[in-house]
Amino acid sequence: MKQQLVLSGLGGQGILFVTRLLAETAIAKGYPVLTSETHGMAQRGGVVISHLKVGDFASPLVRPGQADALLSLKGETLPLHLHFLKDGGFFSTNAKSVPAVAEGINGVLVDADSLALQLKDPQAVNLIVLGRTVAQPGKLFCTAEDIEDALRERMKGKEAALARALAAFRAGLEA
Amino acid sequence: MALSEQKRMLLQGNEALARGLVENGCVVAASYPGTPASEILSAIQKWQAAEKVPMHVEWAVNEKVALEIAYTASQTGLRAMTAMKQVGLNVASDPLMSAAYLGVVGGFVVVSADDPGPHSSQTEQDSRLMAMLAKIPVLDPASPAHARELAAVAFELSEAFRVPVMLRPTTRVCHACQDLELKPVQDLARVADFQKDPARWTATPKFRYQLHLQLNQKLADIAAYPPTAPICHNPHVTSRKAVVASGPVASYVKETLDDLGLWDSLSFYQVVQPYPLHTEFSAQVLEKHDEILVLEETTGVIEMQFRERNKVRGKLSGAVPEAGELLPETVERIVAGFAGVPASPVPQVAQQGGRRPTLCPGCPHRASFYAIKKAAPKGIYPSDIGCYTLGVNLGAVDTFICMGAAVSQAAGFYHSYRIGNQYPDIVATIGDSTFFHAGIPPLIDALAQGARFVLVILDNTTTAMTGNQPTPAQGTPSGQPVEIEQIVKGCGVRFCKTGDPLDLPGFTALVKEAVAFSHSEGVAVLIAKSPCLVDRSQPRKKRPQPVVAEKCTGCQVCTKRFECPALVFDESTGKVAVDSMICSGCGVCLDVCPVGAIVSREEG
Repeated sequence: MKQQLVLSGLGGQGILFVTRLLAETAIAKGYPVLTSETHGMAQRGGVVISHLKVGDFASPLVRPGQADALLSLKGETLPLHLHFLKDGGFFSTNAKSVPAVAEGINGVLVDADSLALQLKDPQAVNLIVLGRTVAQPGKLFCTAEDIEDALRERMKGKEAALARALAAFRAGLEA
Repeated sequence: MALSEQKRMLLQGNEALARGLVENGCVVAASYPGTPASEILSAIQKWQAAEKVPMHVEWAVNEKVALEIAYTASQTGLRAMTAMKQVGLNVASDPLMSAAYLGVVGGFVVVSADDPGPHSSQTEQDSRLMAMLAKIPVLDPASPAHARELAAVAFELSEAFRVPVMLRPTTRVCHACQDLELKPVQDLARVADFQKDPARWTATPKFRYQLHLQLNQKLADIAAYPPTAPICHNPHVTSRKAVVASGPVASYVKETLDDLGLWDSLSFYQVVQPYPLHTEFSAQVLEKHDEILVLEETTGVIEMQFRERNKVRGKLSGAVPEAGELLPETVERIVAGFAGVPASPVPQVAQQGGRRPTLCPGCPHRASFYAIKKAAPKGIYPSDIGCYTLGVNLGAVDTFICMGAAVSQAAGFYHSYRIGNQYPDIVATIGDSTFFHAGIPPLIDALAQGARFVLVILDNTTTAMTGNQPTPAQGTPSGQPVEIEQIVKGCGVRFCKTGDPLDLPGFTALVKEAVAFSHSEGVAVLIAKSPCLVDRSQPRKKRPQPVVAEKCTGCQVCTKRFECPALVFDESTGKVAVDSMICSGCGVCLDVCPVGAIVSREEG
């Protein structure tokens, strides 16, 4: 198993959380992982990016043209990071329509902002996009059940937060 | 179940490094936060609590104090560490230089985290040059796992040669995460036992010369220390060309050699200790190979230690960029060129766009800056290092240099203009943590020299930008809180008032009052007190999100001059709307809107 993912969005959207959740999912499945996170000033509302490599890798960074998938938590960051995708790569994004630059590239959309507001949980966009991504069979190294198990493990003892997280993830899964 | 019996865990580089230090008997740790080093001390606190190790762990007031406390612990025979970012090491450089001469008793590790890129720093400086200046060895970890491993090596090296050892991770180590297994924590059962030795600990200049000679001898011996020797990753290869790399760049080289099919045709060495470079290694590499490509971040520290220059390619020869991060794609291009094979095609990168970093929606600093601009529209605004540096977006930050310089710069502006009988409004801004760190001495200087300006201390009672580390205002369980207002008054400032910047009209009036005082009397200090929105440990008022009424004229004062990201101009309606996904309900925009079109939900 070797997979390289790029996650992008705006500071404060919970990119770090999703990256770590996927990394923990990978560890639970017995795969080695490397990630690279964004901290500090860039985290303050600007565009942030994180990298996740599952399998036998040495470095935490994904090179342009090498990513198997790109998850974008805000539609406007999709064009900025499309160059990370390899030929035949896949994207999922929080948007109502596909931007022109992404036409012809294999991808899915979800209006995560609206779904999050329906759930009365503006923080849930990250898990909604993740749910939408894993709903596409074979695009991620793991299944929806694997991610739900990792969520349960991570949020042990925080039942209310877990219920909210599962609701968001499933909203994306079924969108 | 002991922590060390748990299965593999995802650890951030900083957590892994901290784990390595604690596993190897570190019992005193002191740090000042700074990206990318900030999580090291919090991780030490976490491991200490989880393993119940008796330790002293502190967020010190600044890096110099942190280094001095940890170094003193080493003088008593304990293993100790101090952690900071590269710019912080400048602050701590004074005791570091001396500690190198005096040497250590217990192992002493100085972690200085570099930020090639730079992602969140004023400079890209290479801490390894500081190690060379101090004449201490430095180790370059390549990954979180390697950082943990080198923590152990660093303590052993430090005690073997009685010298401080620098451990220099970069952003791509600190903020990378990797799956790791924990090892048990060793109890070295040491107790502090300071051996008085005036000839050594209080050595006068004549003895320092002797100590310098000893230090030079130590360095020569360390350049032959087997545990830190460079590693040849593919010893079966006999090539005329070799690649030498260190830090995370070594991991990029490994992947590149694999991908380009060069693993069996290009010799690859990883340097673990860039300074002092192992003497035998450099002699052998120069003898075995005709062309040597050196890849390292940020300066050519390894490269400059190869004496036979005509064989070496790197930053000094122009083969490798001398600024910026050496990204894997750059490494691939350089290695491919060096080997004479084609690199993978570079995909088209989108035109740069997207959003720049900005103060959070509802951040009290935004209100403070707006009030300052309103009260002193033609003022000069020196500022400082922290989230509030982003006040530059609002036109309320004219300068920043380094921690504490807002206060000295305000004084510098006053004295410079005064010579020509000019008296502009000068309103400086500094965060609370930065004020404690380096703002107090320049305030004392300003008072003693008769400078006149307004200093606004943006007090959100936390170190916000680096992840909400505590400040001295909170105190610790065994200590006492230190109040900013008492310090200011204790220095002799006669105008010191506290206000809530979220009360925009009230706070603007305070700034006007302070400006007037500064012209007639001297330094005026305002403490803008309001909690950080990202700091979940502080209580905050829950207020309703506002609504925009029909009478909005689309003047865009709220989006452009107040620059709140939660207010969005809608081109189609020509009016502003509230982004309910991110609005915090601070309500300051109600006072910002010139026509009163933004109203609270109840009124709307």
